[in-house]
Amino acid sequence: MSESLPILTLLILVPVLGAAVVACLPKGNEGLLKAVGVTFAGIALALSVALVFDYRADGGGFQFMSEHVWVRSFGISWKLGVDGISLFLVGLTGVLFPLAILGPEVHRDVKGYVAWMLLLEAGCMGVFLSLDLFLFFLFWELVLVPMYFLIGGWGYDRRIYATLKFFLYTMVGSALMLVGILAVVFLHQQATGQLTFDVITLAEEQSLASSTARWLFLAFAASFAIKVPIFPVHTWLPDAHTEAPTGGSVILAGIMLKLGTYGFLRFGLYMFPQAAVDLAPLFLTLGTIGIIYGAVVATMQRDLKRLVAYSSVAHLGFIVLGIFGLSQQGLEGGVIQMVNHGISTGALFFLVGMIYERRHTRQIAELGGIQRVAPVFAGVFMLVMLSSIGLPGLNGFVGEFLVLIGTFVTRRWWAVVATAGVILAALYLLWAYQRVFHGRAEGANATFPEMTMRERAIMAPLVALIVFLGVYPQPVLDRIAPSVRELITHVEEHSDYRQPAVAAGAGER
Amino acid sequence: MMHAVWLIPALPLAGFLILLATGRKLGDPKAGYLATAMMVGSFIVAVGVFFDLMGMPGEERRFEQDLFSWMAVGGLDVHVGFLVDPLSVTMALFVTGVGALIHLYSVGYMHGDERYPTFFVYLNLFAFSMLMLVLADSFLLTFLGWEGVGACSYFLISFWFERPTAATAGKKAFVVNRVGDFGFMLAMFLIFATFGSLNYVPVLEEAGTLAKGTASAIALLLFVGAVGKSAQLPLYVWLPDAMEGPTPVSALIHAATMVTAGVFLMVRVNPILDMAPGVLTIIATIGCLTAFFAATIACAQNDIKKVLAYSTVSQLGYMFLAVGSGAYIAAIFHMVTHAFFKALLFLGAGSVIHGMHDEQDMKRMGALRKWMPITSGTFIVGWLAIAGVPPFSGFWSKDDILLGAWEKNRLLWLIGLITALMTAYYMSRQVFLVFYGGERWKKADSRTPAEAHGEPDHEPAATVGAAGDHGAHGDFKPHESPGTMAAPLVVLAALAAVAGILKSPLEHWLEPVLAHPHHFTSPSGTKLGLILVTTVAALAGVGIAYLIWMRRRVKEGAVEPEVLRRAWYVDELYQKVVEAPARAFANFSAFFVDAKVIDGTVNGVGALVRAGGSRLRTVQSGFVRNYALAVAVGAVAILAYAVARSA
Repeated sequence: MSESLPILTLLILVPVLGAAVVACLPKGNEGLLKAVGVTFAGIALALSVALVFDYRADGGGFQFMSEHVWVRSFGISWKLGVDGISLFLVGLTGVLFPLAILGPEVHRDVKGYVAWMLLLEAGCMGVFLSLDLFLFFLFWELVLVPMYFLIGGWGYDRRIYATLKFFLYTMVGSALMLVGILAVVFLHQQATGQLTFDVITLAEEQSLASSTARWLFLAFAASFAIKVPIFPVHTWLPDAHTEAPTGGSVILAGIMLKLGTYGFLRFGLYMFPQAAVDLAPLFLTLGTIGIIYGAVVATMQRDLKRLVAYSSVAHLGFIVLGIFGLSQQGLEGGVIQMVNHGISTGALFFLVGMIYERRHTRQIAELGGIQRVAPVFAGVFMLVMLSSIGLPGLNGFVGEFLVLIGTFVTRRWWAVVATAGVILAALYLLWAYQRVFHGRAEGANATFPEMTMRERAIMAPLVALIVFLGVYPQPVLDRIAPSVRELITHVEEHSDYRQPAVAAGAGER
Repeated sequence: MMHAVWLIPALPLAGFLILLATGRKLGDPKAGYLATAMMVGSFIVAVGVFFDLMGMPGEERRFEQDLFSWMAVGGLDVHVGFLVDPLSVTMALFVTGVGALIHLYSVGYMHGDERYPTFFVYLNLFAFSMLMLVLADSFLLTFLGWEGVGACSYFLISFWFERPTAATAGKKAFVVNRVGDFGFMLAMFLIFATFGSLNYVPVLEEAGTLAKGTASAIALLLFVGAVGKSAQLPLYVWLPDAMEGPTPVSALIHAATMVTAGVFLMVRVNPILDMAPGVLTIIATIGCLTAFFAATIACAQNDIKKVLAYSTVSQLGYMFLAVGSGAYIAAIFHMVTHAFFKALLFLGAGSVIHGMHDEQDMKRMGALRKWMPITSGTFIVGWLAIAGVPPFSGFWSKDDILLGAWEKNRLLWLIGLITALMTAYYMSRQVFLVFYGGERWKKADSRTPAEAHGEPDHEPAATVGAAGDHGAHGDFKPHESPGTMAAPLVVLAALAAVAGILKSPLEHWLEPVLAHPHHFTSPSGTKLGLILVTTVAALAGVGIAYLIWMRRRVKEGAVEPEVLRRAWYVDELYQKVVEAPARAFANFSAFFVDAKVIDGTVNGVGALVRAGGSRLRTVQSGFVRNYALAVAVGAVAILAYAVARSA
């Protein structure tokens, strides 16, 4: 890949272009619409894979930067860059979108579905790549609109209620963040005389008074917390996930929740290090509650999709724990957990969608005995489930373990409570599996069709990633490491926090 | 051969992958033979590695092989690598050896099962995980194997998942084990926080520098893990239920190998345990109480496998009693002999069940020695071994443990001795009921075959393809099992008979692994006296059983009180004290806290906003457009204000 190719800009523009092309195509030809959609998403995938391979593992810092002044008088620019923290989220976005476009059955208006999906991909890429606060906010808001229409247009029975709730929640967060962004920018201008939305400048110059910084951090954090979501602002999630069409749930859980945790890393810790350190106990506590609470509530769900949705609350809690635990292991674990959760939960939503396509129900009580009639389907579900439970050797364990061991070094008692979550994860998933797959298949379950070749093709890349990232996560960890180290060093330079030597490792300080 | 150590787990892994891809094509019995071949190959490599290690001078017997980096993050550096030393090679030898025999046995036992290839997929995956567990060079890699065997155990217990009891038992095993894993994980965190490493070699070499408090915490947390995996009080409840799995699984996983992982872990970290004498006492006490408690239950079970299950819990308790007494080698010695005789007994039980067409109730058996000569002959060897009758293997290993207990604490020794008597009793009861006495299965059986096979205690019809054809019990004759099943019985019987000779070689062999080798200090007169007392106890147990079950001097009900038959009502207790409140709490969280309190608040706020909004609303233009407008207007207003102020 040549240095001159603006690969990051292309990652955003290719899906936009795709959406435009799809919008121009005739409505009727569903095959063509999907093919075009997948082609553009496929190009984005190729670009993101190229990005992952071209990324200098030893580099750290932001790479592939591209910067163009946009509104000079306001200091706004089209500034993109990728580092170890965003790299694999971009990769994950590249992987999940083609699958979400191709995978699920779309029962109406394929054109609209594909177009909105591509636009959503552009938005997600934009959030992960933006290094300008204005640009970031633009993309942050942009992702809402396609998701709103995807849930509202292709969702299930209670979709209107779900979209409204999703929107209201997010809007409250966005409004607060907008105020935060503007305040940061103008306060910085007051202090330095320079009007800029450039994240790096704002973070490095640290011009805010500490009490102001704390309030502004909270303004950002509110928006991120809703997106993650962190207990107790999580109740939009089960409704939105459950009512969204399969592809929407996959993207919602796989990518969009990570916008929040990514936001905490990129804009929370980076721009407000002291405030993040001061408020860490609050977020550690909420994250830990999320781990336990999400699991407990998941246990009792009667709807399989809702159960998976609540499992996200628990899994995202681990990421929050890792971020605010502020250790090398915890942060790297948090980042890789974002990717792994996207893969595993994305895969689970695909599978639940396949069950719904066959049985037109997601009620656990109406399912049963499927392993006997569809052993391959059951086997894939089992593997994905074990990855979600955090079985060592599969991807889910890596992030969970690193988060817990790192946080144990820095914030012992939160880690101890959070570790109890590993018991609960086994409980709710195995119980659900037993009710859905074990026992005798009766009634409509007795003719549950085995996984089709198309479905196997959708699941294959996810299964491969689940195993690969569980057995050999090192190349990924190596690329995340320098950026995480820089972030921790940045926090240490601008706060009273010091990472214990055990976590940092000898010879690295 | 030493550099081929990676092959030991890699061969079963390869078997797993091949069978996963082509198992259904290979079918019955080729899939079984392929899996068995992998285990035999693995065993041969293990033997080669063993001889290489033997060739090294005593204190230098250690070899490390590093394959690739698994997770190297900051100060944490965990690789996939193997630690070959006398302990891990001993474990690898008996895991692959006994494993190969049980694989072979399964070829015959599982014949006709509709998921035959799948069974061997799981079995090979289990062997891989177990070998990773014992050969790992770090706590974390051991944990990988630890969880892997747990998952395989779950798959195999619920192998006949059509039965709700099997599915529930599998889930129970996994979840209860996770409680133990909680301890294991915390122990690893604490080890890393203390040593900055999770690798065995540096951690164990520095263990001597540990503060007592830290050492105790680590030891106790690891023991919590061991209590789960090795089915000790109070987490043993999953193991009796695990008998829902096919009998070879009970033999391999729930008797010989996986359940001993906790004991292995304790011996592996013996330098840490030595720094925590208080924890050693706890371990010895828990082990001893478990041994006694489980033995009482075993005395009153009628299911042939349940007796063996509780017996396993009890024997594992003996091993922990040894660990807690500092007699680590005795623990490993008993682990090895137990693997031989308990695997033999389970496989024998499987052969009986097979020959009796899926009957598991011992009260419906009897006089089988006439019909199943190989099974009964080998089973009797196993019985004498576990009962501790000299010169069979169990006598030697149990004696070492009781000697260790004697030096640790006389009360623990006494309980251990009574347990030895009970062990001899319940095993004799089993042998007399199954192989001697009258042919009770001949009595006209009022049950229809469907009822007989429908009961949850019974292996499903799937095990024996033609089970349904045999009609009522009165019509059939028990039969001896085929060669693939009989051969492993004979080999294991030979091992169970003579494994006592391993005693002194094993002591020398394992000594380098121990930080503070334990030597029995009692004078030889005392030792001899203790041996005599234990032997008398064992024979007394056999004698009592003879009077009750052969001579029928006592009514059955008198020696089988309800409380023992119901296993002290522990399951019922857990149901009341743990499960029901937990369920209520989860329901409360899901349907009141989440749905009513949190979501209710949100919806309430939403409704308020909407009510206010409808009064303010002037343009009915759709939600999204309104929102976009609001954001834009707000942004411009704030921008304008700020620009004006700063200008």
